[in-house]
Amino acid sequence: MRRSVAIRLALFIIATLASLVYLAPTFLGGRLPEWWGNFLPTDKIHLGLDLQGGSHLILEVKVDKAVENNIERVKGDITNILRERGISGVSVDRVQGTQIQLKIPAASVERVQGVLKGDFPSLAVLNTQTSGGTTEIFLSLNKEEMRSLRDYAVDQSLETIRNRIDQFGVSEPVIQREGQTDILVQLPGIQDPQRAKEIIGKTALLEFKLVDDSANVEEALRNGPPPGDEILYGYGGRGEGGAAGEKVPYVLQSRTLMTGEYIADARVRPSQQLQGPYVELILNSSGARLFEQITAANVKRRLAIVLDNRVYSAPVIQERISGGRASITGSFDIKEARDLAIILRAGALPAPVEIIEERSVGPSLGSDSIRQGVISFVVGISLVVVFMIIYYKGAGVLADVALIFHILFLLAILAAFKAVLTLPGIAGIVLIAGMAVDANVLINERIREELRAGRAPRSAVEAGYEHALPAIIDTNVTTFLSGLILFQFGTGPIKGFAVTLCIGILTTVVTAVYMTRIYYDYRMGVRRLTRISI
Amino acid sequence: MELIKPGMNIPFTKYRHIAVGLSTVVNLLVLVFLFAKGPNLGVDFAGGTVVQLKFSQKVSIPEIRTALGSLATSETVIQDFGQQDSNEFLVRLEKTAVEIGSLGEQLRTGLTRHFGAGRFEIRRIESVGPKVGKELRQQGAWSVIAATIMMGVYIWFRFQLRFGLGAVVALIHDVLVTIGALMLAHYEFDLTIIAALLTIVGYSVNDTVIVCDRIRENMRKARRESLEAIINMSINETLSRTIITTGTAIMVLIALFLLGGGVIRPFAFALLVGFFSGVYSTIFIASPVILLWEKGRTSGAQVQKTESRRK
Repeated sequence: MRRSVAIRLALFIIATLASLVYLAPTFLGGRLPEWWGNFLPTDKIHLGLDLQGGSHLILEVKVDKAVENNIERVKGDITNILRERGISGVSVDRVQGTQIQLKIPAASVERVQGVLKGDFPSLAVLNTQTSGGTTEIFLSLNKEEMRSLRDYAVDQSLETIRNRIDQFGVSEPVIQREGQTDILVQLPGIQDPQRAKEIIGKTALLEFKLVDDSANVEEALRNGPPPGDEILYGYGGRGEGGAAGEKVPYVLQSRTLMTGEYIADARVRPSQQLQGPYVELILNSSGARLFEQITAANVKRRLAIVLDNRVYSAPVIQERISGGRASITGSFDIKEARDLAIILRAGALPAPVEIIEERSVGPSLGSDSIRQGVISFVVGISLVVVFMIIYYKGAGVLADVALIFHILFLLAILAAFKAVLTLPGIAGIVLIAGMAVDANVLINERIREELRAGRAPRSAVEAGYEHALPAIIDTNVTTFLSGLILFQFGTGPIKGFAVTLCIGILTTVVTAVYMTRIYYDYRMGVRRLTRISI
Repeated sequence: MELIKPGMNIPFTKYRHIAVGLSTVVNLLVLVFLFAKGPNLGVDFAGGTVVQLKFSQKVSIPEIRTALGSLATSETVIQDFGQQDSNEFLVRLEKTAVEIGSLGEQLRTGLTRHFGAGRFEIRRIESVGPKVGKELRQQGAWSVIAATIMMGVYIWFRFQLRFGLGAVVALIHDVLVTIGALMLAHYEFDLTIIAALLTIVGYSVNDTVIVCDRIRENMRKARRESLEAIINMSINETLSRTIITTGTAIMVLIALFLLGGGVIRPFAFALLVGFFSGVYSTIFIASPVILLWEKGRTSGAQVQKTESRRK
């Protein structure tokens, strides 16, 4: 018996020392000696966003839009190939968002079908109808293509968002996929969530389109744009004419000459004369070539620079532009220009994203929450500690000591496993402290019963532990199970509560049952246990 | 010190008809209330936005409403939050036409125009889209139901089927009573409430486990007693444990309720109600269910025979 006491005591001392080592960074912080970091843990207990402040966002990627864009591109490809092969009289249209409708004269049906089979394996034929000499074929992307396209849209969005956040400069952001179409973004400690959201949420689809000078703007506004054209708006301001903030309509050719995918770099340039700062784009080599062709072919025409369907500027092309540099001017201040450069550098999102959940907490609320949590922790535990001493005297003191070790172990495990402490998590620590002494209550009550039944102290203690144990295990298993379910279901802060609940239950059983037992076994080993204070 | 003197024998099972009758009425009322009016859903479940504001000087609720301008509709709820004189308010905006991400900026603009920059602080914004809310609501309800069933199965596995049934009925009672109390106190249902309900399910069953454990032990010892007498004896013998274990939890919950701040208060309130209810339901609901199940099946004598054969 004596040896086993020594071994168990040694185990607890090791566990206690290890706990202190794990908790030292949290409580001592910068006061640790320099050699500490070389071979000892330096992770502090991780605070959740609700305690340290920050933003939690869930973004939904509009994957259907990505499919539509793709179909639009395929439509263009089909038209081009048919023209190349000299098949004429075929009309190609996008219908119902994600379908392509072909109207083919009877003579060309077979050739068109050959082209579709040979060059467009990713398309599936939904329906074929023939009436009065024309055959209509409805096409859509096949299932596999559709799935990989949606997947790609979400993955690519995630990468782009990660790039943007990295450039924005947030320490320890969390960016991960959630479910089929959602992306979770956590930005701890950011001061300006609004700006972060704008940077993350912008699609940033940059397009170069020609202004249709032949069209009359007023007439287009009244009767709709001529075929092949569209109306987009710019916002007047410095340099562009019109009062600041006023909407300026443009009639543009719908065809996109070039997109932002050729951008190699984007930089903010200081203001020239009266204009605000502008963003200079540096194109990669193939982009530079394409841009040179476009500008050469359209000298003296106006080229509109469109970002997310908003016209930033539409300068007249004075001459052929080589060297792959273009600039976006507009009425923005230095901060807006810098954000725009970040977004353009990081690339466009393959599909628009929408914020479907936002939880932002300011840093001052977080520190208030911590203070309130600590106060209720101290008060709650003091009540329990005092009650146990009054009610169980010596055995109560023993339970209180176990309670303090339970808290030590619980915090140390949270630090060691890099678990996140949230406000509900703190509430969980307080609550668990109230439950931790339950095992001691069950043991002590049983010992009292055995004493009343006339047993000697020694056998009363032994019987007390033995008979109380099954109920202790059962009660803790049930609470643990509900903690697991909560962990499965919960999000963010609630998960923090579930984690502290589950870990806390494990540590209470260890300290309340096995640790207190060492004390009794020690006393029984040294001399006969004749009196116990309970 | 002793709370319950040993040898005490309160005939709890005698009052079971009154208790079961009363509890059935209460539970039915909660159910009617729940389905007729529906619980007061927080943004987690209903969607919408909640904003916590703190001002550096005294402001009135109508002033805030004016400052919000078009953001505030007739459905917007503005209420005091936090301690007295802390000038903190909680603004609940129903599903607005404004996109989730841009709401903060609009709020800031409106408040700055009315109160001046630096006079207020937007401490917290939580916005949840309607789709997310619906998903969370269903998952939350299912997790509570699943946990309740799981407790029943565990007790069935560890003890007997009738004990498991008793525990499940008692847990349903506790959850319903807590939901009713939350509705009466006008607390909103959100994710922390689901966390509280799950904790209640996991913890309230503990008292039932302790009593069942004693019933099983007493059945072995006193075979000639009727089941009712054994149950009654067991409840009395374990009464001090039941009260003290829950009592220490209630002590820390009172500290959390009073000092833990506005976010934790509804959570602590739910747990307080649920834990009190847990003690009551163990004594007055779980035990009668065990008795009823037994009486419905066989007479008392046969029970003891089957019991002794099992050993």
